[in-house]
Amino acid sequence: MKHTLAALVENHPGVLNRVASLFRRRGFNIESLAVGTTEQEGISRMTFVVEGDDNVGEQVEKQLYKLIDIIKVSDLSREESIVREIALIKVRSEKNNRRDILDLVEIFRAQAVDITEYSVVIQLVAHPETVDSLLENLAAYPIIEMVRTGRIAMLRGPQAISVPTTEPVEVARFHQASGRRPEGELPYVSE
Amino acid sequence: MKKITGADIVLESLKKIGIDTVFGYPGGVVLPLYDRWPSHPEVRHILVRHEQGAGHAAEGYAKASGRLGCALATSGPGATNLVTAITDAMMDSIPVLFITGNVARNLLGRDGFQEADITGITMPITKHNYLVMRAEDIAPTFAEAAYIATTGRPGPVHIDIPKDVFIEEADFEWPEQISIRGYEPFPSVNEDEIKNAVQLIRRAERPIIFAGHGIIQADASKELMEFAEKSGTPVLNTLLGLGSIPQDHVLSYGMMGMHGSYWANHAASNADLIIGLGMRMDDRALGRFADLNPTANVIHVDIDPAEHNKNIITTTPIVGNVREVLKILITQFEPLSHIDWIHWIDELRRDHKDSFKVPEVDELTPQYIESRIAEKIGNEGVVVTGVGQHQMWAAQLMNISRPRQLITSGGLGTMGFEVPAALGAQVAEPNRTVWTICGDGGFQMTNQEIATMIDENLPVKMAIMNNGFLGMVRQWQELFYGNNYVSVNMSQPDFVKLGEAYGIKSLRVSHKSEVDDVIIEANNHPGPVLIDFQVETEGNVWPMVPAGAALSETVETSDQVKAL
Repeated sequence: MKHTLAALVENHPGVLNRVASLFRRRGFNIESLAVGTTEQEGISRMTFVVEGDDNVGEQVEKQLYKLIDIIKVSDLSREESIVREIALIKVRSEKNNRRDILDLVEIFRAQAVDITEYSVVIQLVAHPETVDSLLENLAAYPIIEMVRTGRIAMLRGPQAISVPTTEPVEVARFHQASGRRPEGELPYVSE
Repeated sequence: MKKITGADIVLESLKKIGIDTVFGYPGGVVLPLYDRWPSHPEVRHILVRHEQGAGHAAEGYAKASGRLGCALATSGPGATNLVTAITDAMMDSIPVLFITGNVARNLLGRDGFQEADITGITMPITKHNYLVMRAEDIAPTFAEAAYIATTGRPGPVHIDIPKDVFIEEADFEWPEQISIRGYEPFPSVNEDEIKNAVQLIRRAERPIIFAGHGIIQADASKELMEFAEKSGTPVLNTLLGLGSIPQDHVLSYGMMGMHGSYWANHAASNADLIIGLGMRMDDRALGRFADLNPTANVIHVDIDPAEHNKNIITTTPIVGNVREVLKILITQFEPLSHIDWIHWIDELRRDHKDSFKVPEVDELTPQYIESRIAEKIGNEGVVVTGVGQHQMWAAQLMNISRPRQLITSGGLGTMGFEVPAALGAQVAEPNRTVWTICGDGGFQMTNQEIATMIDENLPVKMAIMNNGFLGMVRQWQELFYGNNYVSVNMSQPDFVKLGEAYGIKSLRVSHKSEVDDVIIEANNHPGPVLIDFQVETEGNVWPMVPAGAALSETVETSDQVKAL
């Protein structure tokens, strides 16, 4: 099955590299990946689609959490969510078939965003399966070029993927708190 | 506030963290840092002879003491030479701060002299890494790096600093608090999972504990014993878990895994409840996952949730510091006992003890030497091993009974770890006797660090098990590749002359009768000692679980392997 995961990440340099490297070395297959900004400054949101059973979904989520720059991960395939993708499709078209293409555009509630004598560019914002279906229907026409953004997703209803609150830790105490330094002072402390 | 240079900020930050020793090697881009070092005499710099040595020494320091280790190298080749040590620290969850210099900011990405994309290289082999681009970011980065390296599941953190950032001036402001969004190193223990675990513990007839490195890292040895005693559960150790329970403890049944004992591996395979404590269910410890013990329930306590359900299905995963979890668990049930089960294991131990002891032969064997060293230095000494046959014999026969007594490269299996790691352990534990058991192969990978021992007056005792072979590789070629010895028989220098060339006491032993005296002589010598033990050439480590086999398929002789 496909898992759609959304991750809030720190907008640090290299974070995409960290995530991509993790997927590669753990052997997870990314089917699609979309990255963009969020309502909060300094936080980006990544949406992944990963193919695999529930165990793979669980491992992807947990392995992502091991990256320090990852703030929150949610498996949206477990919940009711809105899933969308944008596709731009450039189709070769001439006078004789332009009407048929524009009919399809209308049926799929897509838009023709650029029309020339020999081509039409169709823009579709829809569930990825709808995009697949439009592409099937366009099979009769020569497609010159096609691009899809990869899916993005959001929970239905008022709830959201939120940034967890992290209690600040006293720098001077963390060695003791971790339970690894139960006795004695730090070997050297300035002052 | 007076502004200070980035170099001074680095050294002030190290002091704030409590790092008293840095193992390092200078070079072009870290010169501004070294230039400021004499003004910070509180931080001891130990000049190694190769950056890999700096990395392993920092690991040895961290493993022996539980404190954060620190290694430093210059850009390019200096940085890439650290890579093996960084990976080793990652695999064994050792808290080490790795610092590298890089070319100046305006040269980054232009393939300048001695530039390497070291943060790109260390990304998958560190817990986290940083490229610091402003002097004012140095102090917060060091505070965060030390926090990440030592909390939760510990691990290596790498900080890369361009040359001109060391020179740039900024205020030194040490943060008082740290908060990293989404990083929760002190998770609260899930009560439902504790309840589930207690039910499984109460119901179990044949429970077994796999005690791992986490017990040592979390200082949970006492809690482990209390828990084992109260629940009447026998304890097995992974390689890195050795020392978490004394070998002579009534419930301690030694090491499991590829070269674990016959009884430990069969107890693991026949249990109805597996309790994994601070271990990661590794293939070397568990054998073929599918056939480990498919019907047993599994309680798995680990601070890293990603370890649950990774290799084997976990019935009850508990995320948390293993000491905190054990403290709670102990209070949740009345004392239990499993007499029949323990008798069953004891009987196996009686019947199979021959495959797990020092061979009674006239030749000089590594098993004999290692057991004698263990006897002479006792549990207060530190044993550092390389990787291979001698490492497995050390694990089996050196009576490892104290946390941090054994320092060895487990996950990565890094030959050449031993000499620099022993050096680092001796720095961390100046009052303990540190012995390193070396193979003749691994010794030659990093023996240049003897020079560092002399400079720093570190009296490490090096025992080379010299059989002229890469022993473990030879064993596999003998057993699994039809005796086809390829690239495994190596010529050696005269190790005694080599040691003497460095200027240290060097001895050679070829007879059993000399062993005890030489060990005592080495122990009494105030400086480093090298001993070339000329051992039998083709001994094999038994018992053995062939690669890819289940623990229940443990074999004890060559004939049994051939019959497979």
